Amino acid sequence: MTLQTLNIGKANLEIFSATLMELAEKDRNILAVTSDSRGSGKLVPFGVKFPDQLVEVGIAEQNLVGVAAGLASAGKKVFAVSPACFLTTRSLEQIKNDVAYSNQPVTLVGISAGVSYGALGSTHHSLHDVAVLRAINNIRIVIPADNFETREAILAASESNKPIYLKFGKKAMPNLPRTQEKFEIGKASTICEGDDIAFIACGETVAPAYEAARILEGRGIGAEVISMHTINPLDKEAIIRIATKCKAVITVEEHCVNGGLGEACASLLMQEKLFIPFKIVGFPDEETITGSQTEIFNYYGISGEGLCQSALKLLDM
Amino acid sequence: MMQKYTDLELQVKSVNYRKSLLKYIKMANTGHTGGSLSCTDILNVLYNDVLNVSPEKFSDKNRDRYIQSKGHSVESLYVVLADQGFFPESDLETICKFQSKYVGHPTRKVNGIEFNTGALGHGLSISAGIALAAKKDNVDYKVYTLLGDGELAEGSNWEAAMMAAHYKLDNLVAILDHNTLQISGRNRDVCSPYPIDEKFEAFGWSVISVDGNSIPELREVFKKIPSEHEKPTLIIANTVKGKGVSFMEDVAKWHHGVPSDEQYALAMNELDHQYEKLISM
Repeated sequence: MTLQTLNIGKANLEIFSATLMELAEKDRNILAVTSDSRGSGKLVPFGVKFPDQLVEVGIAEQNLVGVAAGLASAGKKVFAVSPACFLTTRSLEQIKNDVAYSNQPVTLVGISAGVSYGALGSTHHSLHDVAVLRAINNIRIVIPADNFETREAILAASESNKPIYLKFGKKAMPNLPRTQEKFEIGKASTICEGDDIAFIACGETVAPAYEAARILEGRGIGAEVISMHTINPLDKEAIIRIATKCKAVITVEEHCVNGGLGEACASLLMQEKLFIPFKIVGFPDEETITGSQTEIFNYYGISGEGLCQSALKLLDM
Repeated sequence: MMQKYTDLELQVKSVNYRKSLLKYIKMANTGHTGGSLSCTDILNVLYNDVLNVSPEKFSDKNRDRYIQSKGHSVESLYVVLADQGFFPESDLETICKFQSKYVGHPTRKVNGIEFNTGALGHGLSISAGIALAAKKDNVDYKVYTLLGDGELAEGSNWEAAMMAAHYKLDNLVAILDHNTLQISGRNRDVCSPYPIDEKFEAFGWSVISVDGNSIPELREVFKKIPSEHEKPTLIIANTVKGKGVSFMEDVAKWHHGVPSDEQYALAMNELDHQYEKLISM
Protein backbone atom coordinates (compact mmCIF):
# COMPACT_ATOMS: atom_id res chain seq x y z
CA MET A 1 0.00 0.00 0.00
CA THR A 2 1.37 3.38 -0.89
CA LEU A 3 -1.66 5.59 -0.35
CA GLN A 4 -1.82 6.60 3.29
CA THR A 5 -4.82 7.32 5.43
CA LEU A 6 -5.38 11.02 5.88
CA ASN A 7 -5.14 13.01 9.05
CA ILE A 8 -7.85 15.48 9.77
CA GLY A 9 -7.03 19.16 9.61
CA LYS A 10 -9.28 22.11 10.37
CA ALA A 11 -12.35 23.39 8.59
CA ASN A 12 -11.36 25.37 5.50
CA LEU A 13 -13.51 28.15 6.94
CA GLU A 14 -11.19 28.41 9.94
CA ILE A 15 -8.17 28.58 7.67
CA PHE A 16 -9.88 31.34 5.73
CA SER A 17 -10.49 33.47 8.81
CA ALA A 18 -6.99 32.88 10.19
CA THR A 19 -5.39 33.76 6.87
CA LEU A 20 -7.51 36.88 6.54
CA MET A 21 -6.43 37.99 10.02
CA GLU A 22 -2.85 37.56 8.99
CA LEU A 23 -3.38 39.62 5.84
CA ALA A 24 -5.33 42.34 7.65
CA GLU A 25 -2.53 42.76 10.17
CA LYS A 26 -0.12 43.64 7.36
CA ASP A 27 -2.45 45.66 5.15
CA ARG A 28 -5.16 48.00 6.41
CA ASN A 29 -6.77 48.00 2.97
CA ILE A 30 -7.88 44.39 3.52
CA LEU A 31 -11.59 44.51 4.34
CA ALA A 32 -14.09 41.81 5.20
CA VAL A 33 -17.63 42.80 4.23
CA THR A 34 -20.32 40.72 5.90
CA SER A 35 -24.09 40.41 5.77
CA ASP A 36 -24.69 39.54 9.43
CA SER A 37 -22.44 36.59 8.61
CA ARG A 38 -19.39 37.31 10.77
CA GLY A 39 -20.33 34.47 13.13
CA SER A 40 -20.90 31.86 10.44
CA GLY A 41 -17.80 33.20 8.65
CA LYS A 42 -15.68 32.74 11.83
CA LEU A 43 -14.88 36.44 11.61
CA VAL A 44 -15.83 37.50 15.14
CA PRO A 45 -12.15 37.66 16.26
CA PHE A 46 -11.35 39.56 13.04
CA GLY A 47 -14.00 42.14 13.89
CA VAL A 48 -12.70 42.49 17.45
CA LYS A 49 -9.09 42.89 16.40
CA PHE A 50 -9.67 44.99 13.26
CA PRO A 51 -12.98 46.80 13.80
CA ASP A 52 -12.18 49.32 11.06
CA GLN A 53 -11.58 46.53 8.57
CA LEU A 54 -14.88 44.76 9.04
CA VAL A 55 -17.82 46.30 7.21
CA GLU A 56 -21.18 44.99 8.32
CA VAL A 57 -24.09 45.72 5.98
CA GLY A 58 -26.74 43.64 7.68
CA ILE A 59 -28.80 40.96 6.02
CA ALA A 60 -28.68 42.58 2.59
CA GLU A 61 -26.70 40.54 0.09
CA GLN A 62 -27.39 42.73 -2.92
CA ASN A 63 -26.02 45.72 -1.06
CA LEU A 64 -23.14 43.58 0.22
CA VAL A 65 -21.86 42.97 -3.28
CA GLY A 66 -22.55 46.49 -4.57
CA VAL A 67 -20.77 48.05 -1.60
CA ALA A 68 -17.90 45.59 -2.03
CA ALA A 69 -17.53 46.67 -5.67
CA GLY A 70 -17.53 50.34 -4.66
CA LEU A 71 -14.92 49.77 -1.96
CA ALA A 72 -12.74 47.79 -4.38
CA SER A 73 -12.93 50.55 -6.99
CA ALA A 74 -11.55 52.94 -4.39
CA GLY A 75 -8.51 50.77 -3.71
CA LYS A 76 -9.69 48.40 -0.99
CA LYS A 77 -8.94 44.68 -1.08
CA VAL A 78 -12.36 43.34 -0.40
CA PHE A 79 -13.51 39.92 0.76
CA ALA A 80 -17.31 39.83 0.60
CA VAL A 81 -18.36 37.03 2.89
CA SER A 82 -21.80 35.46 2.96
CA PRO A 83 -23.30 31.97 2.83
CA ALA A 84 -22.78 30.69 -0.71
CA CYS A 85 -26.49 29.98 -1.15
CA PHE A 86 -27.44 33.65 -0.70
CA LEU A 87 -24.32 35.25 -2.12
CA THR A 88 -24.60 33.67 -5.54
CA THR A 89 -28.36 33.88 -5.91
CA ARG A 90 -29.72 36.95 -4.14
CA SER A 91 -26.86 39.11 -5.41
CA LEU A 92 -26.27 37.47 -8.76
CA GLU A 93 -26.97 40.65 -10.73
CA GLN A 94 -24.54 42.61 -8.56
CA ILE A 95 -21.92 39.90 -9.14
CA LYS A 96 -22.55 40.01 -12.88
CA ASN A 97 -22.58 43.80 -13.31
CA ASP A 98 -20.85 45.50 -10.40
CA VAL A 99 -18.04 42.98 -9.94
CA ALA A 100 -17.49 40.92 -13.11
CA TYR A 101 -18.59 43.30 -15.88
CA SER A 102 -17.15 46.33 -14.08
CA ASN A 103 -13.97 44.30 -13.43
CA GLN A 104 -13.64 45.10 -9.74
CA PRO A 105 -11.16 42.97 -7.78
CA VAL A 106 -13.64 41.67 -5.22
CA THR A 107 -13.17 38.24 -3.69
CA LEU A 108 -16.61 36.76 -3.14
CA VAL A 109 -16.37 34.20 -0.37
CA GLY A 110 -19.20 31.70 -0.33
CA ILE A 111 -19.18 30.12 3.10
CA SER A 112 -20.99 26.96 4.22
CA ALA A 113 -21.14 26.03 0.55
CA GLY A 114 -22.74 23.05 -1.15
CA VAL A 115 -24.67 21.01 1.39
CA SER A 116 -22.71 22.19 4.45
CA TYR A 117 -26.08 23.28 5.80
CA GLY A 118 -27.42 19.91 4.73
CA ALA A 119 -30.15 19.46 7.31
CA LEU A 120 -31.45 23.01 6.88
CA GLY A 121 -32.97 22.23 3.52
CA SER A 122 -32.64 23.51 -0.02
CA THR A 123 -32.97 27.20 0.85
CA HIS A 124 -29.52 26.86 2.40
CA HIS A 125 -27.89 24.60 -0.20
CA SER A 126 -25.74 26.03 -2.97
CA LEU A 127 -25.63 23.43 -5.71
CA HIS A 128 -26.12 25.94 -8.49
CA ASP A 129 -23.35 28.47 -7.94
CA VAL A 130 -20.74 27.02 -10.31
CA ALA A 131 -23.29 26.72 -13.10
CA VAL A 132 -24.48 30.30 -12.84
CA LEU A 133 -21.03 31.80 -12.39
CA ARG A 134 -19.53 29.76 -15.23
CA ALA A 135 -21.96 31.54 -17.51
CA ILE A 136 -20.69 34.96 -16.42
CA ASN A 137 -17.64 36.43 -18.09
CA ASN A 138 -14.65 37.56 -16.02
CA ILE A 139 -14.98 35.70 -12.76
CA ARG A 140 -12.66 33.01 -11.57
CA ILE A 141 -14.18 30.15 -9.62
CA VAL A 142 -11.96 28.53 -7.00
CA ILE A 143 -13.01 25.67 -4.75
CA PRO A 144 -10.15 24.63 -2.45
CA ALA A 145 -10.05 21.03 -1.28
CA ASP A 146 -8.15 21.24 1.96
CA ASN A 147 -6.46 23.61 4.39
CA PHE A 148 -3.38 24.04 2.18
CA GLU A 149 -5.37 24.98 -0.91
CA THR A 150 -7.64 27.27 1.12
CA ARG A 151 -4.76 29.26 2.52
CA GLU A 152 -3.05 29.48 -0.85
CA ALA A 153 -6.28 30.52 -2.55
CA ILE A 154 -6.86 33.33 -0.04
CA LEU A 155 -3.28 34.56 -0.46
CA ALA A 156 -3.61 34.45 -4.25
CA ALA A 157 -6.95 36.29 -4.09
CA SER A 158 -5.47 39.04 -1.92
CA GLU A 159 -2.90 39.74 -4.61
CA SER A 160 -5.29 39.47 -7.53
CA ASN A 161 -6.72 42.36 -9.47
CA LYS A 162 -9.57 40.28 -10.87
CA PRO A 163 -12.93 39.12 -9.55
CA ILE A 164 -12.84 35.73 -7.81
CA TYR A 165 -15.46 33.47 -6.29
CA LEU A 166 -14.15 31.19 -3.56
CA LYS A 167 -16.23 28.65 -1.70
CA PHE A 168 -15.79 26.11 1.04
CA GLY A 169 -17.65 24.29 3.75
CA LYS A 170 -17.47 24.25 7.50
CA LYS A 171 -16.50 20.67 8.23
CA ALA A 172 -12.93 19.75 9.26
CA MET A 173 -11.12 18.54 6.15
CA PRO A 174 -8.37 15.95 5.81
CA ASN A 175 -4.94 17.19 4.78
CA LEU A 176 -4.36 15.77 1.32
CA PRO A 177 -1.06 14.66 -0.13
CA ARG A 178 -0.05 16.15 -3.47
CA THR A 179 2.72 15.44 -5.91
CA GLN A 180 3.86 19.07 -5.72
CA GLU A 181 3.42 21.46 -2.80
CA LYS A 182 2.43 24.21 -5.16
CA PHE A 183 -0.79 26.09 -5.76
CA GLU A 184 -1.65 28.24 -8.71
CA ILE A 185 -5.11 29.44 -9.68
CA GLY A 186 -6.00 27.74 -12.96
CA LYS A 187 -3.56 24.85 -12.51
CA ALA A 188 -4.93 21.58 -11.16
CA SER A 189 -3.14 19.73 -8.35
CA THR A 190 -2.34 16.04 -8.59
CA ILE A 191 -3.19 14.32 -5.32
CA CYS A 192 -2.10 10.83 -6.34
CA GLU A 193 -1.19 9.13 -9.60
CA GLY A 194 -2.62 6.10 -11.37
CA ASP A 195 -3.25 4.89 -14.91
CA ASP A 196 -6.53 2.99 -14.78
CA ILE A 197 -9.07 5.55 -13.77
CA ALA A 198 -8.99 9.25 -12.95
CA PHE A 199 -11.11 11.15 -10.46
CA ILE A 200 -11.30 14.82 -11.30
CA ALA A 201 -12.80 16.30 -8.17
CA CYS A 202 -13.09 19.69 -6.52
CA GLY A 203 -13.52 21.10 -3.05
CA GLU A 204 -14.73 18.79 -0.34
CA THR A 205 -15.23 15.89 -2.72
CA VAL A 206 -11.50 15.45 -3.32
CA ALA A 207 -11.08 13.64 0.01
CA PRO A 208 -13.69 10.96 -0.80
CA ALA A 209 -12.12 10.58 -4.25
CA TYR A 210 -8.82 9.94 -2.53
CA GLU A 211 -10.49 7.38 -0.26
CA ALA A 212 -11.84 5.65 -3.37
CA ALA A 213 -8.33 5.61 -4.84
CA ARG A 214 -7.09 3.89 -1.66
CA ILE A 215 -9.77 1.23 -1.87
CA LEU A 216 -9.11 0.70 -5.59
CA GLU A 217 -5.40 0.42 -4.95
CA GLY A 218 -6.15 -2.51 -2.65
CA ARG A 219 -7.85 -4.18 -5.60
CA GLY A 220 -4.91 -3.56 -7.88
CA ILE A 221 -6.51 -0.67 -9.74
CA GLY A 222 -4.50 2.52 -10.13
CA ALA A 223 -6.51 5.70 -9.68
CA GLU A 224 -5.33 9.22 -10.31
CA VAL A 225 -6.93 11.92 -8.19
CA ILE A 226 -6.90 15.51 -9.33
CA SER A 227 -7.98 18.48 -7.27
CA MET A 228 -9.50 20.72 -9.93
CA HIS A 229 -9.65 23.61 -7.48
CA THR A 230 -10.15 26.14 -10.25
CA ILE A 231 -13.26 25.59 -12.35
CA ASN A 232 -12.80 28.79 -14.30
CA PRO A 233 -10.39 29.00 -16.02
CA LEU A 234 -10.33 25.24 -16.32
CA ASP A 235 -6.94 23.52 -16.52
CA LYS A 236 -7.59 22.02 -19.95
CA GLU A 237 -4.10 20.64 -20.31
CA ALA A 238 -4.44 18.61 -17.12
CA ILE A 239 -7.78 17.16 -18.21
CA ILE A 240 -6.49 16.23 -21.65
CA ARG A 241 -3.37 14.67 -20.12
CA ILE A 242 -5.40 12.57 -17.71
CA ALA A 243 -7.96 11.50 -20.29
CA THR A 244 -5.15 10.43 -22.58
CA LYS A 245 -3.40 8.50 -19.85
CA CYS A 246 -6.30 6.81 -18.04
CA LYS A 247 -8.94 4.37 -19.31
CA ALA A 248 -11.86 6.25 -17.79
CA VAL A 249 -12.66 9.52 -16.05
CA ILE A 250 -15.06 10.26 -13.20
CA THR A 251 -15.74 13.83 -12.15
CA VAL A 252 -16.90 14.51 -8.61
CA GLU A 253 -18.46 17.69 -7.29
CA GLU A 254 -20.65 19.02 -4.50
CA HIS A 255 -22.89 20.62 -7.09
CA CYS A 256 -25.78 19.82 -9.36
CA VAL A 257 -24.67 17.62 -12.27
CA ASN A 258 -26.02 20.32 -14.58
CA GLY A 259 -23.54 23.01 -15.45
CA GLY A 260 -20.73 22.18 -13.05
CA LEU A 261 -17.26 20.69 -13.21
CA GLY A 262 -18.47 17.47 -14.82
CA GLU A 263 -20.15 19.16 -17.74
CA ALA A 264 -17.16 21.45 -18.19
CA CYS A 265 -14.89 18.39 -18.46
CA ALA A 266 -17.33 16.53 -20.72
CA SER A 267 -17.54 19.47 -23.08
CA LEU A 268 -13.78 19.71 -23.30
CA LEU A 269 -13.28 15.96 -23.85
CA MET A 270 -15.91 15.81 -26.59
CA GLN A 271 -14.44 18.77 -28.40
CA GLU A 272 -10.97 17.28 -28.11
CA LYS A 273 -12.34 13.99 -29.55
CA LEU A 274 -11.33 12.12 -26.40
CA PHE A 275 -14.20 9.65 -26.29
CA ILE A 276 -13.47 7.62 -23.17
CA PRO A 277 -15.78 6.12 -20.53
CA PHE A 278 -16.92 9.09 -18.47
CA LYS A 279 -19.21 9.68 -15.52
CA ILE A 280 -20.34 12.78 -13.66
CA VAL A 281 -20.92 12.24 -9.94
CA GLY A 282 -22.78 15.07 -8.28
CA PHE A 283 -26.30 15.99 -7.28
CA PRO A 284 -29.05 14.93 -9.65
CA ASP A 285 -31.77 17.32 -10.76
CA GLU A 286 -34.17 16.42 -7.96
CA GLU A 287 -35.17 17.85 -4.61
CA THR A 288 -32.05 17.23 -2.58
CA ILE A 289 -32.30 14.84 0.32
CA THR A 290 -31.53 16.37 3.71
CA GLY A 291 -29.19 15.32 6.49
CA SER A 292 -25.59 16.00 7.43
CA GLN A 293 -23.14 16.77 4.62
CA THR A 294 -21.60 13.29 5.08
CA GLU A 295 -24.99 11.55 5.01
CA ILE A 296 -25.95 13.40 1.87
CA PHE A 297 -22.59 12.63 0.23
CA ASN A 298 -22.99 8.95 1.05
CA TYR A 299 -26.52 8.92 -0.36
CA TYR A 300 -25.37 10.34 -3.70
CA GLY A 301 -22.30 8.12 -3.90
CA ILE A 302 -19.77 10.82 -3.02
CA SER A 303 -17.85 8.55 -0.65
CA GLY A 304 -14.83 6.27 -0.87
CA GLU A 305 -17.05 3.21 -1.33
CA GLY A 306 -19.56 4.93 -3.60
CA LEU A 307 -16.91 6.30 -5.94
CA CYS A 308 -15.10 2.96 -5.92
CA GLN A 309 -18.33 1.30 -7.13
CA SER A 310 -18.75 3.97 -9.83
CA ALA A 311 -15.19 3.31 -10.96
CA LEU A 312 -15.62 -0.47 -11.14
CA LYS A 313 -18.83 -0.08 -13.09
CA LEU A 314 -17.29 2.37 -15.53
CA LEU A 315 -14.33 0.03 -16.05
CA ASP A 316 -16.76 -2.92 -16.56
CA MET A 317 -15.24 -4.73 -13.62
CA MET B 1 -14.84 80.83 -5.03
CA MET B 2 -14.86 82.17 -8.58
CA GLN B 3 -17.20 80.22 -10.76
CA LYS B 4 -15.93 79.09 -14.11
CA TYR B 5 -19.22 79.78 -15.84
CA THR B 6 -22.10 82.19 -15.37
CA ASP B 7 -25.60 80.79 -15.02
CA LEU B 8 -26.33 82.03 -18.51
CA GLU B 9 -23.33 80.25 -19.95
CA LEU B 10 -24.45 77.01 -18.34
CA GLN B 11 -27.98 77.53 -19.62
CA VAL B 12 -26.54 77.87 -23.11
CA LYS B 13 -24.56 74.68 -22.54
CA SER B 14 -27.74 72.83 -21.57
CA VAL B 15 -29.40 73.82 -24.85
CA ASN B 16 -26.34 72.65 -26.75
CA TYR B 17 -26.23 69.37 -24.81
CA ARG B 18 -29.88 68.75 -25.63
CA LYS B 19 -29.28 69.43 -29.30
CA SER B 20 -26.28 67.11 -29.34
CA LEU B 21 -27.95 64.23 -27.56
CA LEU B 22 -30.93 64.41 -29.89
CA LYS B 23 -28.57 64.47 -32.85
CA TYR B 24 -26.78 61.31 -31.72
CA ILE B 25 -30.00 59.54 -30.74
CA LYS B 26 -31.31 60.32 -34.21
CA MET B 27 -28.07 59.09 -35.76
CA ALA B 28 -28.04 55.89 -33.67
CA ASN B 29 -31.76 55.40 -34.31
CA THR B 30 -32.15 54.41 -30.66
CA GLY B 31 -31.92 56.06 -27.28
CA HIS B 32 -33.52 57.01 -23.99
CA THR B 33 -34.64 60.43 -25.07
CA GLY B 34 -37.00 61.64 -22.34
CA GLY B 35 -34.79 60.77 -19.36
CA SER B 36 -31.67 62.14 -21.02
CA LEU B 37 -33.43 65.45 -21.58
CA SER B 38 -34.73 65.56 -18.01
CA CYS B 39 -31.32 65.09 -16.36
CA THR B 40 -29.29 67.30 -18.72
CA ASP B 41 -29.21 70.30 -16.38
CA ILE B 42 -28.17 68.11 -13.45
CA LEU B 43 -25.23 66.65 -15.38
CA ASN B 44 -24.36 70.10 -16.69
CA VAL B 45 -24.07 71.57 -13.19
CA LEU B 46 -22.28 68.50 -11.81
CA TYR B 47 -19.55 68.42 -14.44
CA ASN B 48 -19.17 72.16 -14.98
CA ASP B 49 -19.61 73.41 -11.43
CA VAL B 50 -19.38 70.66 -8.81
CA LEU B 51 -17.17 67.65 -9.55
CA ASN B 52 -13.40 68.04 -9.31
CA VAL B 53 -12.96 65.70 -12.28
CA SER B 54 -11.39 66.30 -15.65
CA PRO B 55 -9.62 64.08 -18.16
CA GLU B 56 -6.31 64.97 -16.49
CA LYS B 57 -7.58 64.21 -13.00
CA PHE B 58 -9.52 61.07 -13.80
CA SER B 59 -6.95 58.76 -12.24
CA ASP B 60 -6.58 60.96 -9.14
CA LYS B 61 -7.58 58.94 -6.10
CA ASN B 62 -9.14 62.01 -4.51
CA ARG B 63 -11.39 62.88 -7.43
CA ASP B 64 -15.10 63.16 -6.81
CA ARG B 65 -17.02 60.20 -8.19
CA TYR B 66 -20.13 60.26 -10.33
CA ILE B 67 -22.04 57.01 -10.73
CA GLN B 68 -25.01 57.12 -13.07
CA SER B 69 -27.39 54.62 -11.56
CA LYS B 70 -30.10 55.44 -14.11
CA GLY B 71 -27.71 54.22 -16.76
CA HIS B 72 -30.23 54.36 -19.59
CA SER B 73 -29.86 58.15 -19.80
CA VAL B 74 -26.35 57.61 -21.09
CA GLU B 75 -26.71 59.89 -24.12
CA SER B 76 -26.85 62.88 -21.81
CA LEU B 77 -23.72 61.69 -19.99
CA TYR B 78 -21.89 61.09 -23.27
CA VAL B 79 -22.42 64.62 -24.57
CA VAL B 80 -21.38 66.17 -21.26
CA LEU B 81 -18.23 64.01 -21.05
CA ALA B 82 -17.36 64.90 -24.65
CA ASP B 83 -17.74 68.58 -23.78
CA GLN B 84 -15.39 68.06 -20.82
CA GLY B 85 -12.77 66.71 -23.23
CA PHE B 86 -12.87 63.04 -22.20
CA PHE B 87 -13.18 62.05 -25.87
CA PRO B 88 -13.91 63.75 -29.20
CA GLU B 89 -17.59 64.45 -29.68
CA SER B 90 -17.40 62.88 -33.13
CA ASP B 91 -16.95 59.50 -31.38
CA LEU B 92 -20.64 59.72 -30.54
CA GLU B 93 -21.53 59.17 -34.17
CA THR B 94 -20.86 55.51 -33.38
CA ILE B 95 -23.34 55.19 -30.47
CA CYS B 96 -24.88 51.70 -30.55
CA LYS B 97 -23.15 50.85 -33.81
CA PHE B 98 -21.49 47.45 -34.25
CA GLN B 99 -18.42 47.16 -31.99
CA SER B 100 -18.69 50.75 -30.74
CA LYS B 101 -17.69 51.21 -27.10
CA TYR B 102 -20.41 53.84 -26.85
CA VAL B 103 -23.15 51.35 -26.00
CA GLY B 104 -26.62 52.15 -24.73
CA HIS B 105 -25.60 52.16 -21.07
CA PRO B 106 -22.45 53.45 -19.33
CA THR B 107 -19.33 51.30 -19.46
CA ARG B 108 -15.81 51.89 -18.19
CA LYS B 109 -14.50 51.40 -21.69
CA VAL B 110 -15.52 55.01 -22.24
CA ASN B 111 -13.09 57.50 -20.77
CA GLY B 112 -14.67 59.35 -17.85
CA ILE B 113 -17.08 56.62 -16.79
CA GLU B 114 -16.51 55.07 -13.37
CA PHE B 115 -18.74 52.00 -13.40
CA ASN B 116 -20.73 49.81 -15.73
CA THR B 117 -24.34 50.55 -14.91
CA GLY B 118 -27.71 50.17 -16.54
CA ALA B 119 -29.40 47.47 -14.50
CA LEU B 120 -31.41 49.55 -12.05
CA GLY B 121 -30.88 49.63 -8.32
CA HIS B 122 -27.09 49.25 -8.38
CA GLY B 123 -25.65 52.75 -8.24
CA LEU B 124 -26.54 53.60 -4.66
CA SER B 125 -24.79 50.53 -3.21
CA ILE B 126 -21.70 51.11 -5.33
CA SER B 127 -21.64 54.78 -4.35
CA ALA B 128 -22.08 53.93 -0.67
CA GLY B 129 -19.09 51.59 -0.96
CA ILE B 130 -16.93 54.31 -2.52
CA ALA B 131 -18.09 56.86 0.06
CA LEU B 132 -17.24 54.42 2.85
CA ALA B 133 -13.76 53.93 1.39
CA ALA B 134 -13.27 57.72 1.47
CA LYS B 135 -14.26 57.78 5.14
CA LYS B 136 -11.85 54.95 5.93
CA ASP B 137 -9.04 56.73 4.09
CA ASN B 138 -9.97 60.03 5.70
CA VAL B 139 -10.10 61.82 2.35
CA ASP B 140 -12.72 64.35 1.45
CA TYR B 141 -13.95 63.55 -2.03
CA LYS B 142 -17.67 63.20 -2.51
CA VAL B 143 -19.67 60.57 -4.33
CA TYR B 144 -22.64 61.60 -6.45
CA THR B 145 -25.13 59.21 -7.95
CA LEU B 146 -28.10 59.87 -10.19
CA LEU B 147 -31.19 57.78 -9.54
CA GLY B 148 -34.37 57.53 -11.54
CA ASP B 149 -37.69 57.81 -9.76
CA GLY B 150 -39.02 54.59 -11.30
CA GLU B 151 -35.79 52.99 -10.12
CA LEU B 152 -36.75 53.50 -6.48
CA ALA B 153 -38.92 50.38 -6.71
CA GLU B 154 -35.74 48.30 -6.73
CA GLY B 155 -35.35 47.00 -3.18
CA SER B 156 -31.57 47.19 -3.28
CA ASN B 157 -31.86 51.00 -3.08
CA TRP B 158 -33.40 50.69 0.34
CA GLU B 159 -30.73 48.27 1.53
CA ALA B 160 -28.15 50.85 0.48
CA ALA B 161 -30.11 53.76 1.95
CA MET B 162 -30.24 52.05 5.34
CA MET B 163 -26.54 51.22 5.29
CA ALA B 164 -25.43 54.68 4.09
CA ALA B 165 -27.19 56.31 7.04
CA HIS B 166 -25.80 53.70 9.45
CA TYR B 167 -22.26 54.60 8.36
CA LYS B 168 -23.05 58.35 8.47
CA LEU B 169 -21.93 58.81 4.86
CA ASP B 170 -22.34 62.58 4.59
CA ASN B 171 -19.99 62.47 1.59
CA LEU B 172 -22.66 60.60 -0.37
CA VAL B 173 -25.13 62.55 -2.49
CA ALA B 174 -27.96 60.86 -4.34
CA ILE B 175 -29.76 62.99 -6.88
CA LEU B 176 -33.21 61.83 -7.85
CA ASP B 177 -34.20 62.73 -11.40
CA HIS B 178 -37.80 63.18 -10.37
CA ASN B 179 -39.54 63.52 -13.70
CA THR B 180 -42.51 61.52 -12.31
CA LEU B 181 -42.69 59.23 -15.36
CA GLN B 182 -41.42 55.75 -16.04
CA ILE B 183 -41.88 53.60 -19.10
CA SER B 184 -45.42 52.50 -18.25
CA GLY B 185 -46.72 55.85 -17.05
CA ARG B 186 -46.80 57.97 -13.90
CA ASN B 187 -44.79 56.58 -11.00
CA ARG B 188 -47.78 57.08 -8.73
CA ASP B 189 -49.93 54.89 -10.98
CA VAL B 190 -47.37 52.19 -11.76
CA CYS B 191 -46.40 51.48 -8.14
CA SER B 192 -46.24 54.59 -6.04
CA PRO B 193 -42.87 55.46 -4.49
CA TYR B 194 -44.42 58.33 -2.50
CA PRO B 195 -43.77 59.96 -0.13
CA ILE B 196 -40.14 59.83 -1.27
CA ASP B 197 -38.87 62.59 1.04
CA GLU B 198 -40.41 61.10 4.17
CA LYS B 199 -39.15 57.64 3.30
CA PHE B 200 -35.55 58.79 2.92
CA GLU B 201 -35.82 60.98 6.03
CA ALA B 202 -37.09 57.98 7.95
CA PHE B 203 -34.06 56.06 6.68
CA GLY B 204 -31.82 58.74 8.18
CA TRP B 205 -31.10 60.90 5.15
CA SER B 206 -31.13 64.63 4.73
CA VAL B 207 -33.53 65.50 1.93
CA ILE B 208 -33.63 68.69 -0.16
CA SER B 209 -35.97 69.45 -3.06
CA VAL B 210 -34.98 71.61 -5.98
CA ASP B 211 -36.10 72.52 -9.47
CA GLY B 212 -33.90 70.07 -11.32
CA ASN B 213 -34.12 71.98 -14.59
CA SER B 214 -33.04 75.28 -13.02
CA ILE B 215 -29.31 75.95 -13.32
CA PRO B 216 -29.20 78.60 -10.55
CA GLU B 217 -31.19 76.45 -8.12
CA LEU B 218 -29.06 73.36 -8.79
CA ARG B 219 -25.86 75.37 -8.32
CA GLU B 220 -27.10 76.67 -4.99
CA VAL B 221 -28.17 73.31 -3.67
CA PHE B 222 -24.86 71.60 -4.43
CA LYS B 223 -23.07 74.27 -2.40
CA LYS B 224 -24.95 73.08 0.67
CA ILE B 225 -23.55 69.52 0.75
CA PRO B 226 -23.54 67.89 3.20
CA SER B 227 -26.90 69.29 3.97
CA GLU B 228 -26.72 67.86 7.50
CA HIS B 229 -23.66 66.69 9.41
CA GLU B 230 -23.19 62.90 9.36
CA LYS B 231 -26.15 62.28 7.07
CA PRO B 232 -26.17 61.26 3.42
CA THR B 233 -28.04 63.73 1.22
CA LEU B 234 -30.87 63.09 -1.21
CA ILE B 235 -31.55 65.90 -3.65
CA ILE B 236 -34.99 65.47 -5.11
CA ALA B 237 -34.52 67.23 -8.43
CA ASN B 238 -37.97 67.95 -9.81
CA THR B 239 -37.56 67.70 -13.54
CA VAL B 240 -39.64 67.38 -16.68
CA LYS B 241 -39.18 64.30 -18.79
CA GLY B 242 -38.33 65.36 -22.33
CA LYS B 243 -37.40 68.86 -21.09
CA GLY B 244 -36.71 71.38 -23.82
CA VAL B 245 -38.76 69.85 -26.60
CA SER B 246 -42.42 70.79 -26.23
CA PHE B 247 -43.95 67.67 -27.76
CA MET B 248 -41.69 65.36 -25.74
CA GLU B 249 -42.24 67.10 -22.42
CA ASP B 250 -44.02 65.05 -19.76
CA VAL B 251 -44.94 62.27 -22.19
CA ALA B 252 -44.10 58.71 -21.03
CA LYS B 253 -43.75 57.30 -24.53
CA TRP B 254 -40.63 59.42 -25.04
CA HIS B 255 -38.89 57.29 -22.36
CA HIS B 256 -37.18 55.86 -25.36
CA GLY B 257 -37.99 56.92 -28.82
CA VAL B 258 -36.37 58.33 -31.91
CA PRO B 259 -37.89 61.42 -33.50
CA SER B 260 -38.98 61.21 -37.12
CA ASP B 261 -37.23 63.56 -39.55
CA GLU B 262 -40.05 66.02 -39.14
CA GLN B 263 -40.07 65.78 -35.36
CA TYR B 264 -36.30 66.09 -35.28
CA ALA B 265 -36.41 69.30 -37.33
CA LEU B 266 -39.12 70.66 -35.07
CA ALA B 267 -37.14 69.78 -31.92
CA MET B 268 -33.96 71.37 -33.24
CA ASN B 269 -35.87 74.45 -34.24
CA GLU B 270 -37.28 74.82 -30.72
CA LEU B 271 -33.84 74.38 -29.18
CA ASP B 272 -32.36 76.90 -31.63
CA HIS B 273 -34.97 79.42 -30.50
CA GLN B 274 -34.06 78.76 -26.86
CA TYR B 275 -30.42 79.31 -27.74
CA GLU B 276 -31.11 82.58 -29.54
CA LYS B 277 -33.26 83.80 -26.68
CA LEU B 278 -30.49 83.07 -24.19
CA ILE B 279 -27.68 84.70 -26.11
CA SER B 280 -29.75 87.82 -26.68
CA MET B 281 -30.13 88.23 -22.90
